[in-house]
Amino acid sequence: MKLLEFFLGNKSRTADTAKDRLKLIVVRDRASTGTGPDFLPMLQQDLLEVVRRYVEIDEDKVQIDVDRKGNLSMLEVNIELPGRYGN
Amino acid sequence: MAKIITVTSGKGGVGKTTSAAAIGTGLAQAGKRTVVIDFDVGLRNLDLVMGCERRVVFDFVNVIHDDIRVQQALIKDKRLDNLFILPASQTRDKDALDQEGVGRVLDELAKEFDFIVCDSPAGIERGALLALYFADEAVVVANPEVSSVRDSDRIIGILNSRSKRAESGDEQVKLHLLLTRYDAERVEQGEMLKTDDVLEILAIPLLGVIPHDKTVLAASNVGTPIVLEAGSIAGQAYQDSVKRLLGDDVPMRFVEPRRAGWFTRFLRRSA
Repeated sequence: MKLLEFFLGNKSRTADTAKDRLKLIVVRDRASTGTGPDFLPMLQQDLLEVVRRYVEIDEDKVQIDVDRKGNLSMLEVNIELPGRYGN
Repeated sequence: MAKIITVTSGKGGVGKTTSAAAIGTGLAQAGKRTVVIDFDVGLRNLDLVMGCERRVVFDFVNVIHDDIRVQQALIKDKRLDNLFILPASQTRDKDALDQEGVGRVLDELAKEFDFIVCDSPAGIERGALLALYFADEAVVVANPEVSSVRDSDRIIGILNSRSKRAESGDEQVKLHLLLTRYDAERVEQGEMLKTDDVLEILAIPLLGVIPHDKTVLAASNVGTPIVLEAGSIAGQAYQDSVKRLLGDDVPMRFVEPRRAGWFTRFLRRSA
């Protein structure tokens, strides 16, 4: 078996483990430090996924931003759909 | 009006100073009047990487505290007429920088330069926070490795919440990811995170991928910014990145493994 691995180069793909671990830890880090708009990239990704259940849109068609004025923060979401939808 | 670009990473040793020197030099090569500022007070190294360590007289802290004019502290690069370096102090500590003083120096430099490149220290303490506070754009340098990517995510969070632009409600700091020490062969073997993995986690636009390349160490040994080394693939990748920073659409190079012969592959596999 070892000999077969040697010739096929069947090493374990540790990069996949790295990616999975990172995904988890980054979410936890963001949750514990995220008072600011640190969560924006994830929110953007989530919104994109939801919209894509209905309409196929490009990654860059969902724009979100936090607008701050004094004590007020406003979440601005812009989603551009292809073509003309609805009535 | 000058554009302030901060080169930052969170984690140390990922190639911030090498990248700041390369980007600054590349911008100057493109004809832009550029100054590169070392924010690593107490541990200055930009002077060494750019080969001007013996010409340091005054530094950033002198300009802030000791009535030295910024023009007196600027070191003109020997190779490019429109490239200058503002070195950090080696004897003071990071608390020698304050927001008001840094802002004053940047305002002064903004009158004369097209680009101000800020080389951030590692960590998320005062020097690093000040280096990113005034940024218009930020180049987040990361290696395809777990601790570097995690720290980059943290620094992106800080850029989005604690920069001047975030505080004033202006348009956010424009973020760029620069992936350095990329080894396409190890990526193909599944031993190293690939560009898309890192992009999926950090979710900021990709500025460039710099291949792992021995000439980077050789260039820093002799104090030459890597973009000036003809024939260096890392140097060429940095040049491409600078073009993208200036708005050009340049395809990625050196991100696929070089096709090795069967014998080399056999050796690699058995290693």
